[in-house]
Amino acid sequence: MTRSSPQLTPPFVDRPTADKSALAVSGIRKRYGDREVLRDVTFDVPEGRVLALLGPNGAGKTTLIRILTTLVRADGGTARLLGHDVVRDRARVRELISVTGQYASVDEELTGRENLVMVGRLLRLGKSEALRRADELLEEFDLTAAAHRRVGHYSGGMRRRLDLAASLVASPPLIFLDEPTTGMDTRSRAALWNVVTRLARGGRTIILTTQYLEEADVLADRIAVLDGGAIVASGTAAELKKRVGRETVELVLDDGAVIRSVTDGNPERVRLLLNRLHSEGRHVRTLTVQNPTLDDAFLALTGHSTATAPTDKEPAR
Amino acid sequence: MSTATLPAELVFAKRSITHSLRNLDSLVTAVVAPVAIMLLFVTVFGSALDSTVGGSYADYVTPGVMLLCAGFGAALTATSIHTDVSKGFVQRLRTMPVRASGVIFGHVLASVLRNLASIVIVLLVAVAMGFRPTATPLEWLGIVGLLAAYVLVFTLIAAAWGLASKSVESAGMFSFIALFLPYLSTAFMPADNLPGFLRGFAEHQPVTLVIEALRGLATSAPDSTTLTHSLLWLVGLGVGATLLTARLFDRAARS
Repeated sequence: MTRSSPQLTPPFVDRPTADKSALAVSGIRKRYGDREVLRDVTFDVPEGRVLALLGPNGAGKTTLIRILTTLVRADGGTARLLGHDVVRDRARVRELISVTGQYASVDEELTGRENLVMVGRLLRLGKSEALRRADELLEEFDLTAAAHRRVGHYSGGMRRRLDLAASLVASPPLIFLDEPTTGMDTRSRAALWNVVTRLARGGRTIILTTQYLEEADVLADRIAVLDGGAIVASGTAAELKKRVGRETVELVLDDGAVIRSVTDGNPERVRLLLNRLHSEGRHVRTLTVQNPTLDDAFLALTGHSTATAPTDKEPAR
Repeated sequence: MSTATLPAELVFAKRSITHSLRNLDSLVTAVVAPVAIMLLFVTVFGSALDSTVGGSYADYVTPGVMLLCAGFGAALTATSIHTDVSKGFVQRLRTMPVRASGVIFGHVLASVLRNLASIVIVLLVAVAMGFRPTATPLEWLGIVGLLAAYVLVFTLIAAAWGLASKSVESAGMFSFIALFLPYLSTAFMPADNLPGFLRGFAEHQPVTLVIEALRGLATSAPDSTTLTHSLLWLVGLGVGATLLTARLFDRAARS
């Protein structure tokens, strides 16, 4: 019997942090003109956890991140980051966060190393300290070989890594990643996933947005599904899948016929099915149990798949 | 081992200067263009225009070429600032404990330094071609101050333009203004040669006033009215452009 569901890291294991809230979001609303981008978004992220905000294009993910990172003011609701209000204490909040956006915001005319040193200097590191930190990050993000090349000549994946490295110069406890792997090839994506996993193990709190279910599944402790400006479901990947609750058995017969049956986790139904086939004199070649995927969950929760999301893109700036 | 920290403004200034030195466009604009324009005007038009301006054309045209080159160089600021705002660089800064407005300061300082260098090149070529200023040290100080103020004000206007632009193309349009404004002044020939409606504009626009003030200083015959008027223009435009830039930067970064 093979299980075809993706490998999951059990949630909340190996994370000894107390359940202190790193980010508490309550009733956030935002409207652009007559378009309601966010309506009553509420969630909480405990310290040291990874939360994925999963949703299609236009669900409001980027707007929400912009509000949480002090760039945009919400029309209503509050957000507190390690106890600091994102509007009133925004100067303090900016010392606690790092933000990596969809578009790499590094300087193309400078080399990778110069970029990191510049960020260090902006954060008031002395020259030698800024250099030391830059080299450390270049090493960590596998960019040492490209350290003295201008970023304009970097590949897309390298740029994203440098962008993330630049956001980590100050070692902030809270990391926002807005669609960190959108448009990346498989290899770069895997490399970035490794980096995120490492950061999470280091005890950072990470909030990432993604439209890739697999990404949320692999990286996040908790997933909040954002659709049409509201959180329509949240929980661990396993919990979300269970809510959909359809376990399917797939049988391939000797004559090549394929039978699929929904079991709802009940083995008795499988036995009856096998008995019937046996009495009909048909032989089963393979049997596979398929657990519901996050795709199924998403479809069930939002009424549409991520690929066919209807709405247009949020404003770019 | 250095542990001294730098104010954000200086970090950004260093960045902008590095950009200027690495960007082919800005190097050509700052170094090649002044030489080419100076050569062009003095050798091609010079002999024909000596009589029109009543003296050496090199003496007549040098202040205008200085302003033309400096203005054209300063116009690049519009594109640099627009790029920083539209490509996410400023947005990233806004999420950091950093004075993001320092970006503007950096570009402005780099532009002033770059274009003063470009003016020095114009001056060297001009002297080689027969420009013979008779200014006293004090008048030279005035010349340098006036040129620096002109470059600063032009850069600030370019900054505001770049922030107000919706695309890189429209940000780049400022170069045309920088290029044409001196042609509609007394930079290359006296205003009497222009048709009536342009003459009125050419005689009163700030570029003409600054050029005439520079000519006066260079020939040791400063005219206090022109000087005062050009300074008033520069202060007015400078203050206006600074306020506008600050406002537009705030808006661009918050939207």
